[in-house]
Amino acid sequence: MAWGWELLRAFVGTIIIFSAVAFIAVMFGVLLERKISAWMQSRLGPKHVGPQGLLQTLADTVKLLQKENIVPARADRTIFASAVVIVPLAALLDYVVIPFGTTRSGPLIFRDLNIGVLYFAATSSLVVIGILMAGWGSNNKYALIGGLRSAAQMVTYEIPIGLCLVTVALMAGSLSTVTIVNGQQHLWYVVAQPVAFLIFLIAAIAEVNRVPFDLVEAESELVAGYFSEYSGMRFALFQLGEYGEMFAMAAMAVTLFLGGWRGPVLPPVLWFVIKLYALIFVFMWVRWTYPRFRIDQMLNFSWKVLIPVSVLNLVVTAFFVVAVHR
Amino acid sequence: MLLDWGYVAIFALVGAAMVSLPLLIIWLISPRSDYPQKFETYESGVPTIGQAWSQFHVRYYLFSLVFVVFDVEIIYLYPWAVVARSLGQLAFWEMLTFLVILVLGLLYAWRRGALEWV
Repeated sequence: MAWGWELLRAFVGTIIIFSAVAFIAVMFGVLLERKISAWMQSRLGPKHVGPQGLLQTLADTVKLLQKENIVPARADRTIFASAVVIVPLAALLDYVVIPFGTTRSGPLIFRDLNIGVLYFAATSSLVVIGILMAGWGSNNKYALIGGLRSAAQMVTYEIPIGLCLVTVALMAGSLSTVTIVNGQQHLWYVVAQPVAFLIFLIAAIAEVNRVPFDLVEAESELVAGYFSEYSGMRFALFQLGEYGEMFAMAAMAVTLFLGGWRGPVLPPVLWFVIKLYALIFVFMWVRWTYPRFRIDQMLNFSWKVLIPVSVLNLVVTAFFVVAVHR
Repeated sequence: MLLDWGYVAIFALVGAAMVSLPLLIIWLISPRSDYPQKFETYESGVPTIGQAWSQFHVRYYLFSLVFVVFDVEIIYLYPWAVVARSLGQLAFWEMLTFLVILVLGLLYAWRRGALEWV
């Protein structure tokens, strides 16, 4: 019955992670985004549904569930409908390799893959396929431009992210996320690798299409970008994908650079959540601080600044790891 | 090893089912009231002109060609990063040669104007 037990564990783990991400990360994340935006603009934000507006997103979801399901007549129905599943699924696949904490019996992770970092690099860039499908399937000019810009963004910021992941893997000598967290027992990698951390953070913001890199859904020119034609619950599923991806990126940054679940006194899971939300706050802070890039500036910034700097950073790190430390 | 990917497969399958669940719910409970204007493609309120599926200038195609080279490079770097410590000096110099050749390629593309928005 060993395999039955494993199967049950996999099922339960999946359901827990999906519900946790959907309810805690995404629903609370949307509310947090609105509250922080309001705070930075001296407004009040959502306030009336539940105590201090805590149930606002839940009410919105229930509202969206009752909305009519509209598929434009000229759209490609198959691509249009499947994009809605691919975007959130690709975002949630990232969570397989993220260690949330540790217990007496071992680390709290869905599966500690021995190529965890490479797996993360692969799944985090899957989202763009869904976005391209949405953009193309809608047969809408705004959506198409949004989808193609998203591909440009992925093509450009995938490389700095990859180079930062390799740098950290080199420091830890492993691609498993649990080993990487264990390697930060004495010193968080953010101290040893401040440049890689900064580049990872910038490229992560670009990968999840947030301001200042939100050309994919630039409201002032593209209406809503690739999901202009999506309404009701389908729109909500795209939101799930976007916020899921944002939290996954922040969680990976915590795992790679901020020591994952490690911290004194408080329980490990709590430390992980504190660090995660601190990074999410930085993402939202950046959103209300910087104006949007132009697309050529965005591409140039990565190719002419981030990539050379991260290659140099990798070489310097390799020199210290291999030649000096041994 | 196989067990690991079995877990990932179950995650993907159960996940796809869970993501599809709201779609099933809206298919069951959403109201329907059809009239042709509702299914028009959105174009800021004016009648839609033409298709979006037309020839489109993908202005970053040169970037994507350079991207392919660099992405493959990074794939080679992952296994190197894991064993570099045990291989020692040799690993460093060999990878340095590899990276220098690639950076020369990037510089060449840069000088030839491939990294400009066309």
